[in-house]
Amino acid sequence: MTDRAYLELSIATGKSPSLSHSWSEVRALTNVLLTIGAWIAAILASIPLVSVLYMLIVEGGSRLSLELFTELPPAGFELGGGFGNAIVGTLVMVAIAAAISIPIGVLAAVYLSELGPNNKLGQTSRFLAKVLTGFPSILAGVFVYAVVVLAMGTYSAIAGGIALSILMLPTVVLTSEEALKMVPRKMKDAALGIGCTRTQMIWKVVLPTALPGILTGVMLGVARVSGESAPLLFTALFSNYWLNSLSEPAASLSILIYNFSSMPFENQIQLAWAASLVLVLIVLVFNVLSRLLGRPKY
Amino acid sequence: MSNHPFALAGSAGAVSQAPSGGEYLADRGFRMFALVAASLLIVLVAYIIWKIGGQALPAIRDYHFDFLVSTNWNVQEKKFGILPGIWGTLYSSLLALLIGGFFGLAVAIFLTQGFLHKRLAFVFRLIIEMLAAIPSVVFGLWGIFIVIPAIRPAANWLNEHLGFIPFFGTSLSGPGLLPAAIVLAIMVLPTVAAISQDALNSVPYRTKEAAYGMGATRWEVILKVMVPTAAGGIFSATVLGFGRALGETMALAMLIGNSNQVTLSLFAPAETLAALLASHFPEAGPAEVEALMYAALVLLAITLLVNIAGIGLLTLTQRRISGKA
Repeated sequence: MTDRAYLELSIATGKSPSLSHSWSEVRALTNVLLTIGAWIAAILASIPLVSVLYMLIVEGGSRLSLELFTELPPAGFELGGGFGNAIVGTLVMVAIAAAISIPIGVLAAVYLSELGPNNKLGQTSRFLAKVLTGFPSILAGVFVYAVVVLAMGTYSAIAGGIALSILMLPTVVLTSEEALKMVPRKMKDAALGIGCTRTQMIWKVVLPTALPGILTGVMLGVARVSGESAPLLFTALFSNYWLNSLSEPAASLSILIYNFSSMPFENQIQLAWAASLVLVLIVLVFNVLSRLLGRPKY
Repeated sequence: MSNHPFALAGSAGAVSQAPSGGEYLADRGFRMFALVAASLLIVLVAYIIWKIGGQALPAIRDYHFDFLVSTNWNVQEKKFGILPGIWGTLYSSLLALLIGGFFGLAVAIFLTQGFLHKRLAFVFRLIIEMLAAIPSVVFGLWGIFIVIPAIRPAANWLNEHLGFIPFFGTSLSGPGLLPAAIVLAIMVLPTVAAISQDALNSVPYRTKEAAYGMGATRWEVILKVMVPTAAGGIFSATVLGFGRALGETMALAMLIGNSNQVTLSLFAPAETLAALLASHFPEAGPAEVEALMYAALVLLAITLLVNIAGIGLLTLTQRRISGKA
């Protein structure tokens, strides 16, 4: 039956034409097969995360105890031990990175969104910020080695923090710029209209309004760098002792995992899993914080 | 007289007033700071290129372009070459992109084309984003203890029975190219998925409705309308994913085996530029550091080119879809 005849018949009988596909049609069959394929691909794509989390909880969780947080890494055949100094080192270096990149990043974002969004300088630095998001983290380490470590003559927590700040900066700049751009034009115009200087407008209207979004960017940046290890390899190095001064080599969780993963001792491998669990938890906490803080209030 | 609206400005009790001298100066100063901060990004990138280039200069003078095509890495004889590194970097990244790009695109289609209820799609999107939050070094650890043992039987079976094919030319004893590429693919997947989702979401709704209205099946709509329309964005997603894979360090340093050879075999240990830096730099003497700086410069050049291409493409296609250009 041709389509036209079918249509006429259906009008004559008062029934509407059938819109359903027949399963025997090749295109309908392809459709079903591809849908099944998409489901399989999606399930396969989520297996790695499930497997990683399972291993972290089973292998790392079984070793979890208070002494992990209070003791120093064990040497060679020693049993027990922990990685308290590595947790401190990671947090200190992330704090240094945040202290450097937040002020610079937010100021640059203010320039990009408020002061010169479309001029040459604004466009160039926005483009370079995007380029820097794909900057290999190991090269940040090489760069800081050449600039800071060679100048100071020693590996240090400061050098590690600076290396991390280079990786954190583009995230802070780009997400803060997005947040600042979301502030309604009306509010900015109203502030300027009652005689605010642009600085007053930015400080009293734009920044407070955009604060949740900026905090999201900052937290994302922190989450991103707290798991980094490549830039710390030859800037902060590693240390088996507690951090005494910022100009000394410092331990970090990620380097501890890297070092212990290649050791032939069961104890060290277990510690590497436990450290991974702690590291992933730290990263996840910052990720969740960024989501909670970034929730629009109105 | 005092009721005149203009007389109020500047008079006592008025809401608005002209900025004072101090406010004027503060304004100028703050804007100056913001300008400096924005310029700092440019200065930083320029300084990075200049500094790494400068450190590499002695090695460039010593080894010229032989460095790029030689396969030696001998500290005693001061003979350095990074052909295996360049080859391994490109090979592992392309392999990872093939696997990760396929799954990333599949996930992006799955999440944007109404396969899942909105809530479920949100949860699934969270899972994929969480994948991006797992640190590289944790993936490395997972790769050593899960991926390598899991694929070893299959790899060795392929080597035994199909060993004449160059890709299966060696057996997998431990670390190697394939486990590294698999883990790398998992790390590339979230990048590709996220940007492809944006690209698919930015296809105008009426385009999709028009296709459905003509009686196309769901997959005809996806493959013949949605994906081609979003192709520019999806392509730049893969280029940016490729850029990410090229620079990835720790997981590769732990999984690829750090062996200085050029090989087609998927199961042989290999080397990448980033892994070379990570494994040799901490213990390198002055001569080796110079050679490593040259390697860093090569890596910098490759990743900058790929990233600039990816971002350029993305900007172009976004402009075309939103019709601003």
